[in-house]
Amino acid sequence: MQHHDIPGTIVYDGAEAQKGYALNAMCYSFNSAANRDEFKRDEDAYCTKYGLNDEQRAAIRERNVLKLLAAGGNVYYLAKFAGILNLNVQDLGAQQTGMSVEAFKEKLAAAGR
Amino acid sequence: MAQIVGAIATSHIPAIGKAIAENKQNDPYWKPFFDGYGPALSWLKQAKPDVVVMIYNDHGLNFFLDKMPTFAVGAAAQYRSEDEGWGLPVLNSFPGDAALSWHLIEHLVADEFDITSCQDMAVDHGFAVPMNLLFPNAGGQWPVKTIPVSINTVQHPLPTPLRCWKLGRAIGRAIESYPKDLRVVVFGTGGLSHQLDGTRAGFINKKFDLYCLDTIVRDPEALTKLSVMDLVREAGAQGVEFLNWITMRGALLGQVSKIHSNYHIPISNTAGATLVLENRTEAQSQAA
Ligand SMILES: [Fe+2]
Repeated sequence: MQHHDIPGTIVYDGAEAQKGYALNAMCYSFNSAANRDEFKRDEDAYCTKYGLNDEQRAAIRERNVLKLLAAGGNVYYLAKFAGILNLNVQDLGAQQTGMSVEAFKEKLAAAGR
Repeated sequence: MAQIVGAIATSHIPAIGKAIAENKQNDPYWKPFFDGYGPALSWLKQAKPDVVVMIYNDHGLNFFLDKMPTFAVGAAAQYRSEDEGWGLPVLNSFPGDAALSWHLIEHLVADEFDITSCQDMAVDHGFAVPMNLLFPNAGGQWPVKTIPVSINTVQHPLPTPLRCWKLGRAIGRAIESYPKDLRVVVFGTGGLSHQLDGTRAGFINKKFDLYCLDTIVRDPEALTKLSVMDLVREAGAQGVEFLNWITMRGALLGQVSKIHSNYHIPISNTAGATLVLENRTEAQSQAA
């Protein structure tokens, strides 16, 4: 990770990309409907197919965004996993900041005032 | 000769594509955003572009971490819209202009930009949402040819604002040396401030965005003094897409004037913005 002083912010660099490769490769595959269906049929088998490590598998199982990020997930690929779960970016934001979705939306609106 | 007649910068948030698909333009949430496109559409109508050079970033449709080009230029007869995994409608393919693409590629490489050329390319919401926004009546029959220029904003190290400005300058020179009489508009997409990931998710910085919207018109080179980390800090982890806007602005080599801008918070997790710039070359100014 590059040195920086920006709190709560990931600079997604080579170290992250190396760590998260398998997890992101799996999420990248979710561009295809057939792959999304295959994942839904047997999540565990699908994680095995893509060679996820234990940390990544647990984060997928728990649908925990901060853990997925800590395991090297990149938000753009993770967004495709969120698509399977029918979660939008406000849902993800609320989960990461520990707010209700309503409160998170209010925080966004407040930034405009 | 080909002429760059102007540029349009616009946000490309996927939710916009969804709102268009669901005809929500007059919904109270969406109206202040979509209303910002009226003047852009009128300007575009009289600008009559033959070609749009689309400066955008891929978000994990065409490129994966296995091969991540810093700068990629499309060189295909058409570019596919595809399923991105979250239910945005797939649009008709976008026509390309392979001859102009190769001209651009030749000139960029001769100008020391070591770009990746792509003869097979799917384009995601970063490309498709602006097309959908700015050609709303196309009914899938896109009225322009397109040249995708994709900039890596996914995996650091990202190109610096200065490098993107220089790329824009080189794109401008290349296009304007093309012998066919084509009217070209440059689009720069993405932004403005937003952050999707980490505990700072939901970060929006109105003050910085307004500075950028103003400075990019009258003193764009001031923006080249920013570092990528400045952009991450001030615009958010995904607000780095402003690099696409800087590149777009770089491509305008003539007298630039602002036709229109709009800024609205929030659209999804993002500060939505539009900017329309006219570019007058010396020859045009004399003729006028
Ligand atoms: Fe984006």
